[in-house]
Amino acid sequence: MTIRTLIAAGLAIGLCTAASPALAQEKTDAAAFQKMEAAVKATFSRATPEWQKRIELDETQRLCTIARNQVSAADADAIQKRESASIVMPADGKFLGDWKNGFAVANSGRGGQFSDDAKTINGGNCYACHQMDPKELSYGTLGPSLAAYGRDRKYDEAAIKDAWKKIYNSQAVVACSNMPRFGVTKFLDEQQLKDVMAYLFDPNSPVNK
Amino acid sequence: MRLRWMSAAAMAVSLAVGSAGVYAQAAMDESEKEIERYRAMINDPMANPGYLAVDRGEVLWSEKRGKKNVSLETCDLGMGAGKLEGAYAQLPRYFKDSDKVMDLEQRLLWCMQTVQELDTADVVARRFSGPGRASDMEDLVAFIGNKSNGMKIEPQTSHPKEKELTEIGEAMFYRRAGVMDFSCASCHGEEGKRIRLQGLPDFSKPGKAAQDTMASWPTYRVSQSALRTMQHRLWDCFRQQRWPSPDYAAEGLTALTMFLNKQAAGGEINVPSIKR
Repeated sequence: MTIRTLIAAGLAIGLCTAASPALAQEKTDAAAFQKMEAAVKATFSRATPEWQKRIELDETQRLCTIARNQVSAADADAIQKRESASIVMPADGKFLGDWKNGFAVANSGRGGQFSDDAKTINGGNCYACHQMDPKELSYGTLGPSLAAYGRDRKYDEAAIKDAWKKIYNSQAVVACSNMPRFGVTKFLDEQQLKDVMAYLFDPNSPVNK
Repeated sequence: MRLRWMSAAAMAVSLAVGSAGVYAQAAMDESEKEIERYRAMINDPMANPGYLAVDRGEVLWSEKRGKKNVSLETCDLGMGAGKLEGAYAQLPRYFKDSDKVMDLEQRLLWCMQTVQELDTADVVARRFSGPGRASDMEDLVAFIGNKSNGMKIEPQTSHPKEKELTEIGEAMFYRRAGVMDFSCASCHGEEGKRIRLQGLPDFSKPGKAAQDTMASWPTYRVSQSALRTMQHRLWDCFRQQRWPSPDYAAEGLTALTMFLNKQAAGGEINVPSIKR
């Protein structure tokens, strides 16, 4: 096996297993769950109703919370099925935007924080967790390296579609993935998603240099 | 996906990391060495501005305030009225008089309200210091925390409410919510991870990472030019988690502190520390 294939295999694994800890965790039982929810309510009592609503749990979050990301096979299937249904492919069928704008999205950690104002443009903050451009040293390791992402996949059409799905809704691919569901939450808009995609898949992007 | 295939592939991954990542790893080691050098450089107690907060806190502790015009010196932080040595090492804890588990900041507010009959609205408004605005709470926590230096973090579990709140804190640690689906565990659930270049302590299991962290708060934050307490640290975590701003001295923050201290049991306290 060549190094290249090994790396490709590693990236594939990264995508599959996301970042859920390998260790078996205790679960939160129904009684503990209720007490936790009461404590959460008490802790954010002064937040605005709109902000309080933001941390109510949807069904996917509830399952991942209770199981501490170690969901049963049946729950994992249910999550992936439900989340898959939410994915919207690009209206014009084009997956790749401008990689330079994609870098800006990948490099920005702004948006969604209580300290942000309404004018803040959200960033994907990919670099917080992933290596991308191999020349950039300030990258996180919570997610797998994405260096040479497109090149390693030979810029393959199917790989491009898979990556769109992964970024749009990570939990459609891996239940309880640590990665945010950028598209379905509308945290990033369609153009931003396309630009990040280009950062990963454009042959001229530094990610593939 | 089959388990057998996954483990075979996982072995391939560790091989790949071992060989191909050499250049990146070397560059990373250099960056990390520089960061380590910076940390060592600022970690000098004689030059730690956090000790100014300790001095201010000492004055506040004995200052007569409130309707009763008395000091806080009869406040019981768990070791008996006015006894400060080792109190912080055993907080949060259950207090019979309030029938609540309280962390140091909750307890100080309680003492201000009941011992001094002080209107704490202004104290709470100044819970976090800013330019030209001192915080009584930060100063008092620095002073009192410092009185546990050299002692070990001793999580309290003898009262049922202490046990219960620790469990609530643990459940909260794994609660995934908000626009990013983040829980505390998203960043602090695995060993040896970084966000950008910042190392992330793993709090999912007991041990050194949790001990080093919990034993070094309150701390002087160089980047903020301020002494910060665990209340502020958790508030800032929730900001980054894309959750709402938590209420100051709220139950859930004490619950999380109970859980974190459980993971940090035995850590030797040395505060105020100094961090970037």
